[in-house]
Amino acid sequence: MAQIFHRSTNTISRATIFGGVFVACFAFWVALKIELSPFSTYAGVARPQPVPFSHQHHVSGLGIDCRYCHTSVETSSFAGIPPTKTCMNCHSQIWTKAPMLEPVRESFRTDRSLVWARVNDLPDFVYFNHSIHINKGVGCNTCHGPVDRMPFMYNYASLRMGWCLECHRAPEKSLRPREQVFNMRYQQPTPNSPVALDNRVFSDQLSLGLYLVKKYKLRTKADITSCSTCHR
Amino acid sequence: MLFTRSGEPRKQKKMEDRSKKSEEICPGKKGKLDLVTVRQQLDQAHGPEYWRSLEELAGSREFREMIDREFPKGASEWLDGVSRRGFLKLMGASLALAGMTACTKQPLEPIVPYVKQPEEFVPGRPLFYASAFSMRGYATPILVESNLGRPTKIEGNAQHPVSRGGTDAFAQASLLDLYDPDRSQTITYLGAPYPWSSFLEAFRGPLASQKALAGAGIRVLTQTIASPTLADQLQAFLKLYPSARWHVYEPVNRDNAYAGAQMAFGQSLETQYKLDQADVIVSLDADFLAGGYPGFTRYARDYASRRDPDKSMNRLYVIESTMTSTGAKADHRLPMRAAKIEWFAHTLSSLLAADTGARTQLTPEEATFASALAEDLKAHRGSSVIIAGDNQPPAVHALAHAMNQSLGNVGQTLVYTDSVSASTVNSTDSLRELVSDIRRGQVDMLIILGGNPAYDAPADFGFAEVLKSTRVPLRIHLGLYQNETAELCHWHVNEAHYLEAWGDGRAFDGTVSIVQPLIAPLYNGKSIYEFMALLSGGSEASGYEVVKGYWQKQHSGADFDLVWRRALHDGWIRDTTFSPKSVKLKAGSFPETTAFNPTSIEINFRPDPSIWDGRFSNNAWLQELPKPMSKMTWDNPIYIGPAMADRLGVKTKDLVELELEGKSLQVPVWVQAGQPDNTVTVFLGYGRKRAGRTGTGFGFDSYQLRMSAIQWFASGLNIQKVSGAYELASTQGMQSMDAEIGRRPLVRETNLDKYREEPNFAQEQEPIPDQTLYPVLPGWDYSQQPYAWGMAIDLNACTGCNNCIVACQSENNIAVVGKDQVNRGRHMHWLRVDTYYQGERDKPRAFFQPVPCMQCENAPCEVVCPVGATVHSTEGLNDMVYNRCVGTRYCSNNCPYKVRRFNFLRFQDWETPQFKMMRNPNVTVRSRGVMEKCTYCIQRIAQHRIDAERTDTPIKDGELQTACQQSCPSEAIVFGNINDPNSKVAKLKRLPRNYSLLGELNTRPRTTYLAEIRNPNPRLKQSEQS
Repeated sequence: MAQIFHRSTNTISRATIFGGVFVACFAFWVALKIELSPFSTYAGVARPQPVPFSHQHHVSGLGIDCRYCHTSVETSSFAGIPPTKTCMNCHSQIWTKAPMLEPVRESFRTDRSLVWARVNDLPDFVYFNHSIHINKGVGCNTCHGPVDRMPFMYNYASLRMGWCLECHRAPEKSLRPREQVFNMRYQQPTPNSPVALDNRVFSDQLSLGLYLVKKYKLRTKADITSCSTCHR
Repeated sequence: MLFTRSGEPRKQKKMEDRSKKSEEICPGKKGKLDLVTVRQQLDQAHGPEYWRSLEELAGSREFREMIDREFPKGASEWLDGVSRRGFLKLMGASLALAGMTACTKQPLEPIVPYVKQPEEFVPGRPLFYASAFSMRGYATPILVESNLGRPTKIEGNAQHPVSRGGTDAFAQASLLDLYDPDRSQTITYLGAPYPWSSFLEAFRGPLASQKALAGAGIRVLTQTIASPTLADQLQAFLKLYPSARWHVYEPVNRDNAYAGAQMAFGQSLETQYKLDQADVIVSLDADFLAGGYPGFTRYARDYASRRDPDKSMNRLYVIESTMTSTGAKADHRLPMRAAKIEWFAHTLSSLLAADTGARTQLTPEEATFASALAEDLKAHRGSSVIIAGDNQPPAVHALAHAMNQSLGNVGQTLVYTDSVSASTVNSTDSLRELVSDIRRGQVDMLIILGGNPAYDAPADFGFAEVLKSTRVPLRIHLGLYQNETAELCHWHVNEAHYLEAWGDGRAFDGTVSIVQPLIAPLYNGKSIYEFMALLSGGSEASGYEVVKGYWQKQHSGADFDLVWRRALHDGWIRDTTFSPKSVKLKAGSFPETTAFNPTSIEINFRPDPSIWDGRFSNNAWLQELPKPMSKMTWDNPIYIGPAMADRLGVKTKDLVELELEGKSLQVPVWVQAGQPDNTVTVFLGYGRKRAGRTGTGFGFDSYQLRMSAIQWFASGLNIQKVSGAYELASTQGMQSMDAEIGRRPLVRETNLDKYREEPNFAQEQEPIPDQTLYPVLPGWDYSQQPYAWGMAIDLNACTGCNNCIVACQSENNIAVVGKDQVNRGRHMHWLRVDTYYQGERDKPRAFFQPVPCMQCENAPCEVVCPVGATVHSTEGLNDMVYNRCVGTRYCSNNCPYKVRRFNFLRFQDWETPQFKMMRNPNVTVRSRGVMEKCTYCIQRIAQHRIDAERTDTPIKDGELQTACQQSCPSEAIVFGNINDPNSKVAKLKRLPRNYSLLGELNTRPRTTYLAEIRNPNPRLKQSEQS
C-alpha cells in the first residue's frame, strides 16, 4: 500500500509537537505578563475622578497631613475617605468660585455624596487593616508610593498577594520609626544619612528594621504569613 | 457498665446483616424503614448504646451508608437531568475555560463618602446599640451590631440583669426579617398601592364620625402587649372613645397560666422562677429550656449554673406530653399524655399533703415515680420548684401554686409579680367576643394591629369568613407582611420592623427596655406607636416623641435627659423591675379532675420550636433550623411514638389522615422516640398561604384542627393511614460520626454517684498527647505561642435550644439552601447540634452535643487538600482559604467529624439588594464550588488581636467571644486562649470530665467536651436505668 503521508509530514509533525509546547508556554507567559501588567493590576494608572483632586498640591504644596482627611487610618481597618464637609472646611473660604470645585459645592448643597473612583482596591476576600500597619511602623508611602508627587491618584503597587508577602516575609526591610510613618519624604537610613532613634544611630535599614521588629513587638513571620491573617 | 458493652453483640448483628443481604436485594424493601423489622432486630441484637435516629438503633443499612459517606446519598451527584451530550459539552467547555478563571480583571469600584460624617462613625468599626426584641409581650434585651448604619448582627446584652448576654434563636433570626424582601413595602387598599395621605383621608372621616358614637363601632385587635407606652396609648384611646373595645388575641397565649393564678390567688399573676436557688425542679409539661418560653434566657442560665457536678447539682423531673428539649435534659422524664398530667399533679399534691389520695389513674410505674418525686420534694422544702406548662389547664397551674406554697418555695425559688402583659384578658374569649360583635353587625371599623388572626384563630370561630363578609365597612391591618389577614382587610399599612422604630418592652421580670431603631424604615413603614398616636390623637407623631414623651411623664425629676440617655446606653431603665407580691392562697379545693379515656388518641398542639406560631414562616434561617428533637426542617409532620406507630402500621414519611370533631387534615408521620403512647403532637405555624416566597406552602395547617375549646390537647383523634408518602427533610442521621461499638461513645455521660467514684471516666481511651511522627508545622510548638485558641463545650449545660446555630449563621454569612437541598444533605450550618438518644425507644434519655469544627491540631483535612486551601495557622487554627479552594471535597471526605460544608450550588443570594446590606462585612461571601466550615469566628479573633496589639495589651479572657458563645444562654460554650492557664477555657479543659470527640484518631481537637453528668434520684435509679 502506498504511503498516505509524504515523508515531509514527519518533520511537520515534530515541529508541531515541539512547536505546540512552545506555543503553549508562550501563551502562558503572555497571559502571565498581562495578568501582572498594569493592564490588569492598574498599577500606575490614574483614574478619572469627578473632581481633579491633586494629592501633590494638597500634601507637598500645602503640607496637609494625611490624617486630616484619612481620619480613621490609625484606629480602623479602613483609612477613611473624607466627607464633603472636610473639603468645605477650606473651600467655603478659598476658591469658592472655582468651577473645578463645583461638584464639591453641589454635593454639599444637595446633600448628595461625591462618587469617587476607588484607586487602591483589594479583592473582597482580603481583609487588610490600616491601623495595625501604621502602628507597626509601615509608612504610608511604603505601599501608596510618592502620593505627594501624584497630581492624579494611582496605585503605586500591583496589590497582588506576592507583593504583600514580600513585606510580610521580611518586614524589617520596610519598617520605619512610628513618628516617620506619615512623612512622605522619609528616606531609609544610609551611611550618609543615618536615622537616629532612642539614642541610637542606624546607618542601614536592616539594623533599624531588626531593631523595630523587636521594639514594636512584631509577630513572627510565620504568624503574619498565616492565611487567616488576611483571609477570612 | 454503660460504656464497655463489648463488640460481641455487634458481631452478631453483622452476621445477621450478611444473612439478610439476599432478602434486602428485594426492591420493595430497599431504603425504607420497616418498624416491625426494626423491632425484631432490636429484640435480637443490640444497636449502638447512643443513637441519633431509629434507623441507627435498628442498625439499618441505610444508616450504615450514611456513616460511611461524607455527604448523604445524592448530595454529591449531579441530579438535574442532563443528557450525555450536554454533559460532554459542559465538560469540554469547563476544561477549556478552567485556566481562564484566574484571569478575571478586577472591576473598577466606586467609593462613596458621607457629605457630613455622623459623629462617632468610624468606617470599618462597628457600633453597638442596646435594644430589645419582643415576642408574646416578653422582651429579650439585645445589643445590635451596626456596620455603617446597617444592623448586621444581634447579640445578647451581657450587662442586662435579666438575660446576661443570652438570646434565643428567634431574637437572632429577627435580623433576617428586617431585610426580608417579601416584607410588605407599601400601603395598600384592596391590594393596590396607595400613599399614606390617601390612607389618612380614608381613615379620618370614619374616625371622626365615630366620635359622636363614643367609638361604639371601633374595635382594635392586637397581639399580647407589654409595652408600657403602647398600653398607655391604648388607655388614652379608650378614654377618648369610651365605647370602643380593645381585643387581644395570641394563638400561643398564657391564658391557662393567668387563669390558674386567678384560681389560686384570685388575681392574674406572673410567676418568676429562681432556678439558681432550686435543688429540685419539676416541670409539668413546661418546656422552659426552649426558646419562646418567657424568661428562657435567664432560666437556661440559672438552670445551667446548677449543673456543675463538682458543686451542688439540681435535679430536674419532667413529666411531659411531647418529647421536648427540656425533657431531654431531665434527670427523670416521664412521658405522659397531656390530660393525665392533671391527675399526676393531683396525686403529687395529695402525696405531699401526706394524704394517700384516691386519684389513681396512674400506672404502678407512674405512681412509683410520683411517690419518689414527692419524697424528693419533701426533702427539699424551700429549695424546690414546680413549674406548670402553658398548655396545661388552669387547675394544674393552681395545683402547682398550691404545692409551691405548701413546700415553702414562694419567695425562695419563685416569686409572684404583676403580669408583664398589659392585659390578661382571656385571649380566646376576647376574640370570641369580637367575632360575635362582628356577626351582630356592631363593628364599623376593625383595626388589626399586628398578628394574623385570619390564619391562626381557632377554627370554629371562622374568623377569616367573618372578615370576608361585608359586615365590617372598614377593616385596617397593620403588619410586617401582606399575610392572610391583610388580604381580607381593606387597608393594609406596612409596619416598621422593630429595628426600624422606637418602642419599649418589658423583660419577663418587668424590667423595661427601650427599643431603639438602628436604621430608617426601609419601606417607610409605620410603627404601631405611630399608628396608635394617629388613632388617639388624630395627628401624626413620631415614635420617638411618643415613647420619650411617655417616659418623660413617668419621671418627675429634672434629670430626665440623663435617665433617658442612660436607659438607651444600658438597654434598660433602672428601677422598673417588678417587686414581688405577697399573695395568699384562696381557701377551698380545686375543681375535680376531668376524666379522660386512656385508649383514645390524644392530639397535642404545640408552637413550633423554629417558626413558633407561624410568625416566622418567612424566615429562612428559622425554617431551616433543625428542630431540637427530630432535626426536622421546613415541615411539621405529626409526631407519633414508636409503639403507637407499630400498632397503626405507619412509619416515618407515611401520610395519614387526622380527624378531629368533624375536621380532617392529611399530614405525614414522623416516628419520634419518647412521644407518649396514644398521643400525637403537631406543631403550629405551617401550611401558610400568604407568608412570602420562603414560607408559603410548606407543611400543614394544623390550626384547621385547633378549636377554641381545645387549644392545646384533645382526645378522640382518629388516625387513618392513607396511601402515599411525603418527603420530609430531616438532618437527623446526616453527618453521623462513626464510632464503632465497643469504642467509647461520642457522647459521654454518667450519673453523679458514678462520677464521684470515677471522675476520669470520660477520659477512657483518651490518646496520649503528642503521638505523631509527623508534626503539622515542624519545629513549631503551639504551647509557646502567646495565643492558642480552644473551646470547651459543656454537655451538661447545653439545652439544645439551637440559638448558637442561628447566631453562627448570622455572624458568618451562612446561606440557606431550601427543603429540597436539605433533603440531599447539602445544608450549610457550620455548627450542628446532634441529638443522641439512649435506652428504650418509647422512653429514651436524650443528649445534645453541639458540633462545630474541632480545629484539630493534627487535622486530617489538611493533608489531603491538593491546593493547600486548608492549612494551619500559628495559633493552631485550621484555616479555610476560600479563594484557594477548587472544590475537590477531599477534605470533607477525610473529616471524621463531618463538619465541612460544600457549596454544591450558588446558595448565596447575590442579587437581592437587601441581603447585601445584611451581611457581615468581615466575612467572605462564599460562592459555588467552595468548601467552608467553622473558623472559630476568625474575624473576631483578628479584630481583637489587632486592637490588643495596637494598645500593647494582651487579649483579656472573656473579651473575645465567638458568636455561638456570646449568645449561648446557658454558657455551655466557652472559647479562649488555652495557653493562658488562668483562662476559663483552660480551667475547663483541666477538669476530669473533659474529653475529646474521636480523640483516639489522634486528631488532637481544640474543641473538647465536658461529659454530661445526670443526677438521678437514687430511689428511681434502679427502675429507670438498666
